[in-house]
Amino acid sequence: MSEPLVELRQLHKSFGDNHVLRGIDLSVAKGEVLCIIGPSGSGKSTLLRCVNLLEHPTGGQVFVAGVELTHRDCDIDKARRATGMVFQQFNLFSHLSVRDNVTISLRKVLKMKRAEANARADILLDRVGLGDKASAYPAQLSGGQQQRVAIARALAMEPSVMLFDEATSALDPELVGDVLGVMRELAEEGMTMLVVTHEMGFARNVADRVIFMDGGVIVEEGKPSQVINEPREERTKKFLANVLEN
Amino acid sequence: MNMSRRQRLQLVRGGIYALTIAALALLIISVDWGALGGALFKWDVVKKQFPDILTSALRNTIIFTIFGFIGGLSLGLLLAIMRLSKSKPYRWFAATYIEILRGVPLLVTLLILGFGIPIATGWSWPNPYLQGAVPLALVAGAYIAETVRAGIEAVPRGQMEAARSLGMSYTRAMVTVIIPQAFRIIVPPLTNEFVLLIKDTSLISVLGVTERTLDLARFGRNGVNDSANATPLVVAGLVYLALTIPLTQLAAWMERRSKVGRR
Repeated sequence: MSEPLVELRQLHKSFGDNHVLRGIDLSVAKGEVLCIIGPSGSGKSTLLRCVNLLEHPTGGQVFVAGVELTHRDCDIDKARRATGMVFQQFNLFSHLSVRDNVTISLRKVLKMKRAEANARADILLDRVGLGDKASAYPAQLSGGQQQRVAIARALAMEPSVMLFDEATSALDPELVGDVLGVMRELAEEGMTMLVVTHEMGFARNVADRVIFMDGGVIVEEGKPSQVINEPREERTKKFLANVLEN
Repeated sequence: MNMSRRQRLQLVRGGIYALTIAALALLIISVDWGALGGALFKWDVVKKQFPDILTSALRNTIIFTIFGFIGGLSLGLLLAIMRLSKSKPYRWFAATYIEILRGVPLLVTLLILGFGIPIATGWSWPNPYLQGAVPLALVAGAYIAETVRAGIEAVPRGQMEAARSLGMSYTRAMVTVIIPQAFRIIVPPLTNEFVLLIKDTSLISVLGVTERTLDLARFGRNGVNDSANATPLVVAGLVYLALTIPLTQLAAWMERRSKVGRR
């Protein structure tokens, strides 16, 4: 088996006395789609945020594309380019047009010429179905459209792994489908993805592997059909019973 | 007598109106309007103020204000970033600076920097404009710093996280993402700071400015001395209002608009 694209070793994270991650070991292969499920407060978002060091782990190591992000000498701004992140609240830059949201990192971080950046942005916006909204501002878009722009923005830096932090949780139900559709296409194109989600349908149909977290540890992991349809652990069964009931 | 609470309130309110109108009427009858008008708004004195009050005094007030504002804004931005920095010495320095410069009256700061320092050190201000504008900017910076800090803190945390997740450094994210959004938030309060600064320039004349650097307030005072009449001060006051009222209205309008625009 080739070297994993993302590897977490004995990852710990505490906020004061609150020990949120209690020794996580996880590796994700290139092209793999991993869904992380679990009750709120289980540490799944914190885990994801440790992968691009938005949260600094209190212990353990994080490797992405062969680089140890937790190493003292790591240039974290450079290392973060290997990951793209999509947030629950979209976090589009409200003072910039849709196109500029996608190109800002290309122009300011990679020092790309505006014309070249715009060309790349237009391709990405077409890909998420928003080619006609390039000149709009985020406030003029629906939540689902904003989230698709956020995906295009993250893809602009050509990351080797995409992190989705409850990307559909803030959306009205009828808008969830469009965003999940874009995510599914990405998965089909072979993008490596770590997806924190409550969408069991997505996890079941798109994920290569599902992990269930609770209390800061990985309780159970395996094929989606196994974890979601035939969970072994009591906590997993209870969680899924609650989620699928609604 | 049986009255409802509402009727009693109406009676009291009517009484207050009646008394106020009576007092105003008395005032209007008893004042010698001719004498008052002659002392405060004598037409030929009014005419004598122009055009110098605009070409020289107003011009100087605007120069002091703009120097003070640009200097204060740059300094305020720097201080705000220092106050939000992770480094303790920066935070401490900025907090101390802001506390001191906001805690001492502008008049005292002006005198210390404009007179005290030159006397103590033998150094002299190279330019009479700078002598007034620099202390003004140093004080404005302390006030503006707090406004800018509030603006930066009002930008949602997720904006910084999104910028960092795209590979931007902290500084790059501040410059391209956070500060532009903070400024949109603080344009109305910043406009009000600008208005305060216009009025604060009236204190600069305690430094004994030259003929060339007379500001509106000093121009009015000199006019009073020359004409033995208060009209020049009233005219100066009106020129101040012509500057400040449009700006405060603009700030209020922008504030209303941003409230409507926010979802």
